[in-house]
Amino acid sequence: MSSRCRSARRAAALALAVLGPTACRRETREFATWPPSASASTAVREVELRPGPPTREVDVRGPYADNAYGVSEGKRLYNQMNCTGCHFQGGGGIGPPLMDSEWIYGSEPENVFETIVEGRPNGMPSFRGKLTNDQVWQLVAYVRSMSGLLPKDVASGRNDHMQVRSQEQSTPKGTPQQSALPPSAEHP
Amino acid sequence: MAKAYLVVGVLALNVACSGTTGAHESHRQRTSSLAAVRNTRVADSSERGTVARVAGVTPDSSDAQWTIPAKNYASTRYSGLGQITTRNVGSLKLAFTFSTGVNRGHEAAPLVVGSTMYIVTPFPNILYALDLSQPGAPLKWKFEPHPSSSAQGVACCDVVNRGAAYWDGKIYYNTLDAHTVAVDAATGREIWNTRLGEINRGESITMAPLVVKGKVLVGNSGGEFGIRGWLTALDAKTGRLAWRAYTTGPDKDVLIGSRFKPFYPQDRGRDLGVSTWPSDMWKYAGGGVWGWISYDPELNLIYYGTANPSPWNPEVRPGDNKWTAGIFARDPDTGEAVWAYQWSPHDLYDYDGINEQLLLDLPIKGRTRKVLVRPERSGYIYVLDRETGEVLSADPYGYITTTKGVDLTTGRPIENPEKAPRTGEVVRGVCPAAPGVKDWQPSSWSPRTGLLYIPHQNLCQDEEGTEANYIAGTPYVAAIVKMYAGPGGHRGELTAWDPVGRKPAWAVKERFPVWSGTVVTGGDVVFYGTMDGWFKALDARSGTELWRFKTGSGIIGQPVTYLGPDHKQYVAILSGVGGWSGAVVVGGLDTRDSSAALGFVNAMKDLPSVTTKGGMLYVFSLP
Repeated sequence: MSSRCRSARRAAALALAVLGPTACRRETREFATWPPSASASTAVREVELRPGPPTREVDVRGPYADNAYGVSEGKRLYNQMNCTGCHFQGGGGIGPPLMDSEWIYGSEPENVFETIVEGRPNGMPSFRGKLTNDQVWQLVAYVRSMSGLLPKDVASGRNDHMQVRSQEQSTPKGTPQQSALPPSAEHP
Repeated sequence: MAKAYLVVGVLALNVACSGTTGAHESHRQRTSSLAAVRNTRVADSSERGTVARVAGVTPDSSDAQWTIPAKNYASTRYSGLGQITTRNVGSLKLAFTFSTGVNRGHEAAPLVVGSTMYIVTPFPNILYALDLSQPGAPLKWKFEPHPSSSAQGVACCDVVNRGAAYWDGKIYYNTLDAHTVAVDAATGREIWNTRLGEINRGESITMAPLVVKGKVLVGNSGGEFGIRGWLTALDAKTGRLAWRAYTTGPDKDVLIGSRFKPFYPQDRGRDLGVSTWPSDMWKYAGGGVWGWISYDPELNLIYYGTANPSPWNPEVRPGDNKWTAGIFARDPDTGEAVWAYQWSPHDLYDYDGINEQLLLDLPIKGRTRKVLVRPERSGYIYVLDRETGEVLSADPYGYITTTKGVDLTTGRPIENPEKAPRTGEVVRGVCPAAPGVKDWQPSSWSPRTGLLYIPHQNLCQDEEGTEANYIAGTPYVAAIVKMYAGPGGHRGELTAWDPVGRKPAWAVKERFPVWSGTVVTGGDVVFYGTMDGWFKALDARSGTELWRFKTGSGIIGQPVTYLGPDHKQYVAILSGVGGWSGAVVVGGLDTRDSSAALGFVNAMKDLPSVTTKGGMLYVFSLP
């Protein structure tokens, strides 16, 4: 076989890979829906301790975990909804850091979804009625990408603003840890 | 000439302030009588009225107590107590401690009334009363106001509280969720609780109230949340609203009427609090009142500063943005504005104008003037005529690139357009950074040395303006900031400043921002704390360090001194790192993000390696 033929075959394989189902999903664009009535449907455990024998776990990934467009929309919403004012570019401030591997209320997409929609008692506001389900899932995907929980090919590779941290794409994936109470809740 | 007057003033003032009762050691008595003798001589030659003194009286003029954070209405944080001197402070020992059980930043001043000490903690704003008449100062009672937990989400810079105020048998203080409470000082029973603000509009309260003529004066926080700033007066007996003066909006809301006579022409005109803003932006414009209030009983005027306009990105709010980043003089009875002035019209850098104002009568250019001294966030020490609002001088006390001085004809800072923040563009080398050359941490002033003891920082920043989105109850900043140490690499400083000579007498550099207040005593000792946990005593005249003690956590509180029931002088400080500068420790923030905590984390990356959180009271005395 000539080298030219081998190249052609390689190109075809590459094209197939690009057009494959996963790749399509990466580029899928869902546009926002109305009304903004995001609500959590599936309850997911937020703690490790559960009495009795193990129950069947539902694998929740969230619709945008492998979708670059969704993640980038999430990043846009993260700025527009002023998430950045409390969590900054992931290092935290008023709210806890999002780029580390500590999760106070759980790291699963459904946990993060609940956190955004229902709020949390130590200062996290409830955005219920302000966003659609899709928008919240986009935010969930972006927030999880900040600590390297999403595939590198969907996480953001560049910043539109002043460089204050390494990109989400190059954030090392840590093992999500169940943290203690948020620092703000430590009082007698 | 001016120097001679300063000496005159200092000596006279010493007498005026030394109305201390109780036992004093001989050194103190010697000093007083010496001052009295020399004052007599001085008085003969001071017929033109050049004698300086502290304006205003202490709610309780006895130096045995410490009843409001600023010590007295003139806000000098000076105590005439002189048992602890430059000669014996080296043997200062720990007398007792008390754990507050709270792990956030402790910025409050402990209060001492009679034989009881009162401490307010950060959120959840517990009030503790300690019995100083018993060995080890055991807990007498505690009061828990149970503020809303969600309020923590609208506190920009840690969930701090800057202290309480004592008046007529009651302790008054504010809770993070924007309530003011009055508590029976003897029993710890709640007398009234008034809700003043709404966390869903981003309002919180962190300041210490001041009680003037039976009115509790309280202001809101939330310049990073697009609040509409106000100062509110409550009836001290009932908690009912007496008046509220907004920082922005029409004159009727700002309480500007016929008595309003600002010194500068740009501050005269109708409804400037509306017309200096685009469309309706004055409704969510910032200008909170989270700092200090002073009171001059002779002029019957209160003075307080207003915070930054919202959002930080100045490009979205063209105009002078009145009356943010400025100061008001008001009648405490009615709230009417008498004059106003803006330190930073159209503030570009989050230079809140809320720092302390020390009311002094100083010899300026040959005559005694009733002045207001303000070490301002922008980096200038202002001396204002407190009757008229005229700027008499404004001198830099730190490294500044954002302005090139203050024009004394117009009263306006001379801006450096190169450093103005721009949307979508990074401007570097902005000095001072957003917390300014000095933030909330209050200075003290000694009538004996004529010096102001200013705790402050040395920070610069890079900044980019971003798109602003106002959503009530969420941050409204629209800027990305990254701070770092200013020239020299040290991040903190304590400067002793001569406001008459308009120059520093001495300065001490610190590794971290000096985020604690200072206190100065009749023994010529200055006390302050550092963010790595040292509580220090300096010679007020030379700045020489005389003593230090390592507390459990970083110090960002306000030291106080008092006479115990045993007639011994004590010095007290709350240790417990936090605040904006210490957010990296208390919030467990990730230092890989330089913009974290409004950019302060980048300048404090090494703080977690030298201190941990934890609130604890430390009280010292001579053996």
